[in-house]
Amino acid sequence: MIVIRREICGYCGACVSVCPEAALELVDAYLEIDTEKCKNCRICVRVCPLGALGVSDEE
Amino acid sequence: MKSEYDILVIGGGPGGALAAKTAVESGLTACIIEKRPAIGAPVRCAEGIGEDLISEFFDEVDPKWISAKIERAKIIAPDGSSFYLDPAMAGNEVGYVLDRKFFDRDLVWQAVDAGAECYVRARAVDAIVEDGYVKGAVIEYGGERYEVRAKVVIAADGVESKFSRYCGIDTTVPLRELETCAQYLMTNIDIEPGVTVFYVGRDVAPEGYIWIFPKGERSANVGIGISGTQSKDGKRAKDYLDKYVAENFPEGKVIELIIGGVSVCEPLECTVANGLVVVGDAARLSDPITGGGIYNAMYSGKLAAEVAAECIENNDWSRDALMEYDEIWRESRMGKALQRNYQIKEIFVKLDDEQLNAILNSVNNLAMKEFSTLTLIKELMRLNPKVLKDLKGLKKYFE
Ligand SMILES: Cc1cc2nc3c(=O)[nH]c(=O)nc-3n(C[C@H](O)[C@H](O)[C@H](O)COP(=O)(O)OP(=O)(O)OC[C@H]3O[C@@H](n4cnc5c(N)ncnc54)[C@H](O)[C@@H]3O)c2cc1C
Ligand code: SF4
Ligand code: SF4
Repeated sequence: MIVIRREICGYCGACVSVCPEAALELVDAYLEIDTEKCKNCRICVRVCPLGALGVSDEE
Repeated sequence: MKSEYDILVIGGGPGGALAAKTAVESGLTACIIEKRPAIGAPVRCAEGIGEDLISEFFDEVDPKWISAKIERAKIIAPDGSSFYLDPAMAGNEVGYVLDRKFFDRDLVWQAVDAGAECYVRARAVDAIVEDGYVKGAVIEYGGERYEVRAKVVIAADGVESKFSRYCGIDTTVPLRELETCAQYLMTNIDIEPGVTVFYVGRDVAPEGYIWIFPKGERSANVGIGISGTQSKDGKRAKDYLDKYVAENFPEGKVIELIIGGVSVCEPLECTVANGLVVVGDAARLSDPITGGGIYNAMYSGKLAAEVAAECIENNDWSRDALMEYDEIWRESRMGKALQRNYQIKEIFVKLDDEQLNAILNSVNNLAMKEFSTLTLIKELMRLNPKVLKDLKGLKKYFE
């Protein structure tokens, strides 16, 4: 599962634009993830300029 | 917020502002929906724009929009050798470093002054699609949801664009064509005021570049963009930037951290649908080489509203009627540059540092008045028989 480290995220939207499932969205000052849509491809994890996205052990 | 307008604009960046302003000046009602609480903040930009480009929209450039006037650009090759481009050669690389906090806000201000409405902290959460037509948007505003209808919706929601996706258009940027960027606004640094600096090379910025855009005598936007495929733990945009800053500006002070993504892919295959026009970054119109998109957003936003106004007057805002927008921008100087620069970028990202050194050093030795994209490509062809095959496709742009 993708986890967002809110203390690192700068809410820039780079990850939103590469997510093929449109599972990410910037809502107010938060990045939100729609876990139903997310296919765990991890593209978003690669692209973050700050490393704010990670993968948790939970599936 | 009214429930109906002629034009509903999603996003209050330069693309959305110019669209709304042009719409009301054409006698239409228009409303901008912006999800952030303040227009222009936080800034996600290095703020550079060519003088001739900005002058296309304004008789006079307001001094408060300008942080610095740029006279020359300097290119630094991977081996550290460098050369300057003077205004005549540097084209869009000289002009201004803006203060987008003021600039973006003033553009929306002008639209509102001309008669547009604007709602901030208002987010489009869905599209209203009926009978195959986009007929408006569902807006979340002040804790409520509103249905706002319009004859034409202009999607100006930037690189993170979701609105077109709500309408069935896939706007996903391929990983390798998303430049992931980090930038510091720095003070107390030794720079050449009036000179923008670009460092290229796989070591410093794989498949991207480092920029220094002056904001004053001793302050500048110092940033980097690298390809999404090159980004990984310990080698993210901010890691490269920190390394560069530690080595080059150890005494510098960081005032702001700016991050963001820039698409360097081809534009959307089609930028219109029934009742919908997509502009600016949402349409993937930023330049594939430089990543610049302020002008392209303004140009496309203005054009979108002009075409929409004509369509509304003719009582036909179908995809076919709105197609005029798509056709005009593709044929425009901007459209041609996007097409050509995409091909050039595809070649440049394959070059290693040695090839880049050879090309930039030989360009450096050219009589500078001869410098142009054409001479650069010709040099590339001469020096790199290996990539000759790829380059053949470029010939048509220079004949
Ligand atoms: C690090 C970096 C450096 C750059 N440097 C330069 C440069 O030097 N020169 C240059 O020309 N360009 C540069 N660019 C690109 C430039 O910033 C963009 O091309 C330009 O801002 C695009 O304008 P736009 O109006 O299309 O979109 P934006 O300016 O991104 O505006 C889109 C707006 O839509 C809003 N929005 C998004 N979704 C919704 C929604 N659902 N509801 C309501 N509102 C929404 C957003 O909050 C945003 O305000 C840079 C970009 C980055 C990231
Ligand atoms: S893992 Fe893939 S599908 Fe899930 S949010 Fe990230 S990019 Fe989207
Ligand atoms: S790319 Fe990183 S910093 Fe930007 S919104 Fe996504 S998680 Fe946050």
